[in-house]
Amino acid sequence: MGVATVTSTTGDAGTEAIKGAGPAQLEVRGVTKAFPGCLANDDISFRIEPGEIHALLGENGAGKSTLVKIIYGVLQADQGELIWEGAPVTIQSPHDARKMGIGLVFQHFSLFETMTVLENIALAMNDVRDMDALRKQVEEVEKTYGLPLDPDRHVYTLSVGERQRIEIVRCLLQNPKLLILDEPTSVLTPQEVEKLFETLRRLADEGCAILYISHKLHEVKALCQKATVLRGGKVVGGCDPREETAKSMAEMMIGQKLTAPDRGESRTFGDVRLDVSNLSLLSDEQFGTHLKDINLEVRGGEIMGVAGVAGNGQNELFRALAGETEQEAAPDTIKIDGKSVAHFGPRRRRRLGATFVPEERNGHGAVPDMSLSENGFLTAFRRMALSAKGLIREMPTKSFADNIIKTFDVRTTGAGAEAGSLSGGNLQKFIVGREILQDPGVLVISQPTWGVDAGAASAIHQALLDLAAKGTAVLVISQDLDEIFAICDSVVVMAEGKMSKPRPMADVSIEEIGLLMGGLHDLEGDVTPANNLEVEGGRVGQA
Amino acid sequence: MVRLEPRRQHSQAMVYLSPVLAILMTLVVGGIIFAFMGKNPLDALYTFFILPINNSYGLSELFVKATPLVIIAVGLAMGFRANVWNIGAEGQLTMGAIFGGGLALYFYDSESVFLLPAMFVLGALGGAFWGAIPALLRTRFNANEILTSLMLTYVATLFLSFLVHGPWRNPEGFNFPESRPFPDAGLLPVIYDGTRVHLGTAVAVLVVIAGWLLLSKSVIGFQLRVVGKAPQAARHVGFRQKRMIWFTLLLSGGLAGLAGLFEVAGPIGQLQPSISPGYGFTAIIVAFLGRLHPVGILFGGLIMALTYLGGELAQITLGLPNAVTGLFQGILLFFLLACDVLTKYRVRFGSIAAKGRTA
Repeated sequence: MGVATVTSTTGDAGTEAIKGAGPAQLEVRGVTKAFPGCLANDDISFRIEPGEIHALLGENGAGKSTLVKIIYGVLQADQGELIWEGAPVTIQSPHDARKMGIGLVFQHFSLFETMTVLENIALAMNDVRDMDALRKQVEEVEKTYGLPLDPDRHVYTLSVGERQRIEIVRCLLQNPKLLILDEPTSVLTPQEVEKLFETLRRLADEGCAILYISHKLHEVKALCQKATVLRGGKVVGGCDPREETAKSMAEMMIGQKLTAPDRGESRTFGDVRLDVSNLSLLSDEQFGTHLKDINLEVRGGEIMGVAGVAGNGQNELFRALAGETEQEAAPDTIKIDGKSVAHFGPRRRRRLGATFVPEERNGHGAVPDMSLSENGFLTAFRRMALSAKGLIREMPTKSFADNIIKTFDVRTTGAGAEAGSLSGGNLQKFIVGREILQDPGVLVISQPTWGVDAGAASAIHQALLDLAAKGTAVLVISQDLDEIFAICDSVVVMAEGKMSKPRPMADVSIEEIGLLMGGLHDLEGDVTPANNLEVEGGRVGQA
Repeated sequence: MVRLEPRRQHSQAMVYLSPVLAILMTLVVGGIIFAFMGKNPLDALYTFFILPINNSYGLSELFVKATPLVIIAVGLAMGFRANVWNIGAEGQLTMGAIFGGGLALYFYDSESVFLLPAMFVLGALGGAFWGAIPALLRTRFNANEILTSLMLTYVATLFLSFLVHGPWRNPEGFNFPESRPFPDAGLLPVIYDGTRVHLGTAVAVLVVIAGWLLLSKSVIGFQLRVVGKAPQAARHVGFRQKRMIWFTLLLSGGLAGLAGLFEVAGPIGQLQPSISPGYGFTAIIVAFLGRLHPVGILFGGLIMALTYLGGELAQITLGLPNAVTGLFQGILLFFLLACDVLTKYRVRFGSIAAKGRTA
């Protein structure tokens, strides 16, 4: 019994059961897992029936990832057991899990950047003999489930959204009986989300159980039949999402009342503080998206959203604005408070009062194995005068970090803690706080709440609104349309490196934005959204 | 099945204990090797590690040998921190000796007090020049500095050999492949009478202090660390990687050149075909033994210097081959890296890992 086994010990129970009354696809019984100084999972129990779409809800740090890792064989539980199709099993490795029929789409993609899509898929398969046959299989799955991918592209050239598609495809290839998805829709257009849901529903109809982890509660509501809510490593409740509201589920997750972001009174805008005109830029990356004739103006006090599917030039736009690109644009294509800066590096732009928050926290916005103090110093040492005569001023550096931690309610052991030890939401609060406390004239922020829990997300939204109210021009690059609708005053949409004309938020519908995201631009000719409504959205319609 | 599993948090104490552990294990394995060679292991270890330094002259020799190791390793550690892998310190050391020593030979009858400082400058410039070549190749053509700096070592060594066999050979030296002896004004003063401890040893201590200040207190040291740990974050805030490549290669090359000059202007006193028993390579071990931290490097340098002294003594008194020195250095590096791996990862045996109990 101690040996890993996937065979049923109760033999007849599975075969004689009537549909619906048989054993659960997976039952988790009393699973407990402790890490040094932290009880990540505390006596967790729930069950998923075959064909059920089951949501796992909880803030970051609630223990969802640990539980998923236990189910997938990455970690072993200290106590408790997993029952698979009625029989207790030990899952010693992801290899075992895959053999049993468990597929997982990780939140942080486990892909090799320097290998092609096909090679990455082959690596995750237990046993690949024939690459050509695999290629055919991949293309078939892509077609069946509407997941366009070029098998020969190298992963490092792909956007986040495209990378996720690889993960989904490689799970589907193995005909899973239980598919686990961790935050799968963060990078998709509404139309693509709907497509993914169709895929998932079809899978569920075929009897596949789905464990769906998401912060987007209205998606959970639309998709899932059951939900288990975790908080602090414990199950705090279960519900039928179809009978709950997004708000009630969010409150269950965080264990307190949720307040909607306060947009203040009708807002007035000042002068243009960030001005991008006729910006065209070749991408640094081989398969990147080139920026084509980008125009936008953000006024003081205004929050402008940049919507779009991942990989349509948002990364390039962010890097161009932050001054990270190697290519140089004509100086006056980007202006900060009227001053031409496109030929400046990041430090000179920051000196003019612009600050930036990149999408990736670890390794881009922060250095994971440096302390919070040092990470505060990283972008703020000029504006906050944290250095003098080429030396680091220890005291002001530490008190700046302390100030961020206090003002933005960053949960940590102190300014000496390594950035990598913080949860995603807390690190994001720290990074956003670091830029906001520098009192910027312009803030460009990419995916402000990606992979961030509901509590932290609402704090970040409120902070951005407060910042704008003080006269800062804020540009929010986001794939999360809810976020854009919640905090932005106006919106532009990027598709294939081009940008739509800005629209006031009040004048656009989510469907229109979805169509623009698919590349149906009002830039080339006078196609109005109304004419396009019969075209199916998404990139398919663009071809 | 045995596998390595990353530790969620690694103990800070272990990071500093691991060199100590590595040294202890090196001693044990060294003892076993001595036993196999038919020597009493305790006697042999005593000869190797205690005897060399149980008198004041021996101790002073330890400082003489540690001086170049420490100076070079501090420079290398700066580069290693920024992921710039200068493996060619031996060549930069040689070029420093050639540049600085060349000046002494040109003014071979000088008595000027400015000769020695000028040699310092030229020595550092010579090493920096030799470090600049890999920097240029890396930043301009993206050529790997590990290869280029290593290959340039052989160029420098052969160039020195050419000079002392040819144009710079001592005209009064009976055709030996050696330069003239340096003039007194071009020799480092001994700072402790009756020993060979020279001014360079004092400079090594200053280099350690300056290195520590640079790395942990200065903005440029901060930039080095960020570039090494998170290149994308460095680009995001405008710390330019190319500048760091230039900075670290010039700095480590310059320090290696200075160390080379100290050797020829100190213990050796002239140019000869071989001026270093591999200090430039051993300094790489020193840098890692010292955790890439200048203060740690000071201790690491002393320990590695001891292996040189012990190796010499073992040759003389025990009749062991000179390779024993290299053997000990190799074993030490091996255990050091192994300890580091175990600090960051834990070994898991697959069969024990399963804990999901069946009721």
